[in-house]
Amino acid sequence: MLINQFLFLGAVLFCIGVYGVLARRNGVLVLMSIELILNSVNINLIAFGQLHKDVSGQVFALFIIAVAAAEVGVGLAIVMMLYRNRRSIDIDEVDLMKG
Amino acid sequence: MTFAADLLIAQNIAFYMIAAMMIFGAVKVVTVKNMVHAALWLVVVFGAMAAQFILLAAEFIAVTQVLVYIGAIVVLFLFGIMLTRAPMGRSDELDNGPSAKIVAIVVGAVLAGVLGFALWDGFGDDEFGEFAVQRTAEVSDSIFSTYLIPFEVISVLLLGALIGAIVLARRD
Repeated sequence: MLINQFLFLGAVLFCIGVYGVLARRNGVLVLMSIELILNSVNINLIAFGQLHKDVSGQVFALFIIAVAAAEVGVGLAIVMMLYRNRRSIDIDEVDLMKG
Repeated sequence: MTFAADLLIAQNIAFYMIAAMMIFGAVKVVTVKNMVHAALWLVVVFGAMAAQFILLAAEFIAVTQVLVYIGAIVVLFLFGIMLTRAPMGRSDELDNGPSAKIVAIVVGAVLAGVLGFALWDGFGDDEFGEFAVQRTAEVSDSIFSTYLIPFEVISVLLLGALIGAIVLARRD
């Protein structure tokens, strides 16, 4: 198998995630797209770990999974705050810091 | 034909089937009009990702993927959808306008082109060679010796995220 098969798959998923972040307006859906991006990075790390026959790739993937879990916890808490204060999670309406 | 060549063909067929499923699921996640359906398509993508990890002979990551992503993160998303009283049926309020969508498509396509070129240029047709199964014991040995300090830092980060989420979501 070619390593590029897995790397291209990761790249395509990353780009789909970036599209989702830019095209979606709902806060929870933006967080879902961010999860797609984070997960597509893992496949690269595992593929390189297999290429070099080294377990470091897997350890780094585990760290990314842990960081992703922390990120989604705090992110959803922020979205919840947003909903409580504005009764909407439309992130286009969050323009308090716009000059 | 030898056994190794047969195995390679089987691996390739499995890879392309799972990859097609993942890309279809990911496109559905970012385009579907129903939020609950988006979360369920996310389960398809994460499950297929676990299958790819099995193909790459990374058993522990595959199990962790199922436990953490499908078991915890997707459930968290579903709770988020419920608690923000999101529209349960179809809704046209989830996406930005057409101009923002065009920008998003252009950014995604340019990024895909650049990444694709860089990967093709950098790795061409490098082969994996013989697959080596990386056992859970090796991974845990590595975590608790070489990467002990980063592991502890991640633990503190998770604790910080836990406290931060409670402070943010608390009603006072």
